[in-house]
Amino acid sequence: MADSKIAVQDNDQPLLLADGLGKSYGRLSACRDVSFALYPGEVLAIVGESGSGKSTLLQLLSAQLSPSAGKVSYRMRDGVMRDLAALGEAERRFLLRTDWGYVHQDPVLGLRMAVSAGANVGERLMAVGWNHYGRIRDTATSWLERVEIDVGRIDDAPRTYSGGMRQRLQIARNLVTEPRLVFMDEPTGGLDVSVQARLLDLMRNLVSELGLAAIVVTHDLAVARLLSHRVMVMKGGRVIETGLTDQVLDDPREPYTQLLVSSILPA
Amino acid sequence: MTAMPMTAMIDISRAEKTFTMHLQGGIELPVVSGVTFQVQPGECVVLSGPSGAGKSSILKMIFGNYRCDGGRIGIRHQGVVVDLAGAEPRQILSVRRATIGYVSQFLRAVPRVATIDVVAEPLISNGTARSEAQERAGQLLRRLNIPERLWALPPSTFSGGEQQRVNIARGFISDLPILLLDEPTASLDAANRAVVVELIEQKKRADVAMVAIVHDDEIRHLIADRIVDVTSFASAA
Amino acid sequence: MNAPVYNFAYLDEQTKRMIRRAILKAIAIPGYQVPFASREMPMPYGWGTGGVQVTAAILGPADVLKVIDQGSDDTTNAISIRKFFARTAGVATTTATADATVIQTRHRIPEAPLHGGQVLVYQVPIPEPLRFLEPRETETRRMHALGEYGLMHVKLYEDIARFGHIATSYAYPVKVNARYVMDPSPTPKFDNPKMDNCPALQLFGAGREKRIYAIPPYTSVVSLDFEDHPFTRYRFDAPCALCGADDSYLDEIVTDDQGSRMFVCSDTDYCENRQAQGHRGSESAAPHKERPHG
Repeated sequence: MADSKIAVQDNDQPLLLADGLGKSYGRLSACRDVSFALYPGEVLAIVGESGSGKSTLLQLLSAQLSPSAGKVSYRMRDGVMRDLAALGEAERRFLLRTDWGYVHQDPVLGLRMAVSAGANVGERLMAVGWNHYGRIRDTATSWLERVEIDVGRIDDAPRTYSGGMRQRLQIARNLVTEPRLVFMDEPTGGLDVSVQARLLDLMRNLVSELGLAAIVVTHDLAVARLLSHRVMVMKGGRVIETGLTDQVLDDPREPYTQLLVSSILPA
Repeated sequence: MTAMPMTAMIDISRAEKTFTMHLQGGIELPVVSGVTFQVQPGECVVLSGPSGAGKSSILKMIFGNYRCDGGRIGIRHQGVVVDLAGAEPRQILSVRRATIGYVSQFLRAVPRVATIDVVAEPLISNGTARSEAQERAGQLLRRLNIPERLWALPPSTFSGGEQQRVNIARGFISDLPILLLDEPTASLDAANRAVVVELIEQKKRADVAMVAIVHDDEIRHLIADRIVDVTSFASAA
Repeated sequence: MNAPVYNFAYLDEQTKRMIRRAILKAIAIPGYQVPFASREMPMPYGWGTGGVQVTAAILGPADVLKVIDQGSDDTTNAISIRKFFARTAGVATTTATADATVIQTRHRIPEAPLHGGQVLVYQVPIPEPLRFLEPRETETRRMHALGEYGLMHVKLYEDIARFGHIATSYAYPVKVNARYVMDPSPTPKFDNPKMDNCPALQLFGAGREKRIYAIPPYTSVVSLDFEDHPFTRYRFDAPCALCGADDSYLDEIVTDDQGSRMFVCSDTDYCENRQAQGHRGSESAAPHKERPHG
């Protein structure tokens, strides 16, 4: 039962709005007609199998891909709702490295592998003008602690880290600017089961402590159950079912969702 | 739709639920229909009926875990009545956070989290300070005879009975005005069953409205203020 | 002499015009790397093909040219470039900083203050200061365009984390005119303050990378640093063994196979001027004057 779920903040204003969102490549439609509102502190899981359009949708939502139809709006820190397509590139990039986080499935894509862990975490701070080495290092140190990385490894490059440590470092690197929204693309994919459990637990705690909103793309329904409040099931580029995570997983309505749920191996 | 009496915490009318099993050729599996009853503050209503009559399904519908196919599930939430049968996910979450607690038979906790924190979490997520929440969690665990040396361990390593008691502690720690109890005493020994009966009594005195499923006749007799026979809601298959 | 007849300063006039346009654009946008159609030159890459093309494009018959390599007027590279222009442009050459109108340099800025009307031409191997951390040219260009320079501090951070101080001692990044971050070519960071508010025009040419950039006269040039690890100049803590100067950048010279060494000014012209004025260092007897000059 989902009574273990982290709290959603009461907030009447949506943080992100998708409205009739779609992306097609010629006649091939990767994703179409997606509309939803995400509220501050809310964790939304997008589930579906490979090719269902969930990764395309994540790229549309995080402004890395421009939509063929519809739009995505985001409430900026000043409270104004802005159409992402209307943002200048500088504004969009600033958003991506301050108010947003993006956790890649492959940490190599989200980290600078040849640069020390401390600098990996500190980079976003320096990018927003932090100019005091001692303070940057202290902040990086406390973030390494929060993601359970031995601070003795602060000067080591992530290429010397294990897969789970890299993923935790990637999370620290993203959260250091206290974003309000984090996109995660299969954050536990490619990790051992025991490592996954630790990472999920960590992410769950951070999301709840920081009141983060998150959009998590995953094919793993267990990840959706542990992390998310709400779930959207995608198939063939469309959202076929949506609702509270435990509702959709315990009482699936659509044939495809029932198939997905029944395919889970018993724990 | 009838107006809800000012005092009722739960007011269910003509709620119904049918499963459509698409993987079995789309057969329809009617569970319940015409579910109608109310629960007042400080009252414990026990659902009765044979297995498969839909007792658990009704509990899950009240919690918003199962979606309703018809009818209405009125819940008094922060002074207003919310119909969970048609509520937005955010509203349901808000109701669960501030109004309805659910004590299931099985503990579903994240691995690696210490027992004391598993129990304290509902309070912490409602804004109680960690230290105070842990203190109250400790009191409940002690009452339910979970030895202190186990508190720092994740409950996944515990026996079935211990896990259930951890789950009961977690369910009873909050100050929510509605509690749903799904066989809270199954597989407990006599001493712990008595503790649970005591906890339920306390909740009644605190005006908590409860809906319970209990198979043990003796316990049912001890806690029930009213018994609702679910057989009458069984859908004609 | 049967040498083929070259155009003045070797390059044809069309090419020079193309390079001048790039130079003008570079001056108009201080610190911005302007692409240009770098030509093959009769010398290998790494020998200053970028600087030579810039010098060729700006040289006039009345100019007086000085060429230094690591501060010295008399290394192979400096001598051959000086001879190259003496032959192809027939311009006067000098080793005296004050007398030169165009100074082409590799890895140093002269010690003597530059004055208005002079042009300092730098030979640049790698013009992109962000290359170290971001190998994608498309991305570094975007970062320049948007003024996203957090990455530059990552490099300095790494220095401090590893060595306890900013150990970058040459090619130390600067911000030009409060806008573009620029690689000052592999000059020692000792020279960085000389670029700031300099009366002379500074031009940078990277032949292999096909980029030209510039610092117009009297432009602010600030070395990047952290509040708690401010930029510092660095020089060996010794006076010049030949002229006794304690304010010049020094080269370390190993004098035998026993580990003996001495420190002398890297700027040979500066050192000779001081010695001519009677300044003496501990090794003044060394037969410095015997080294032939081109």
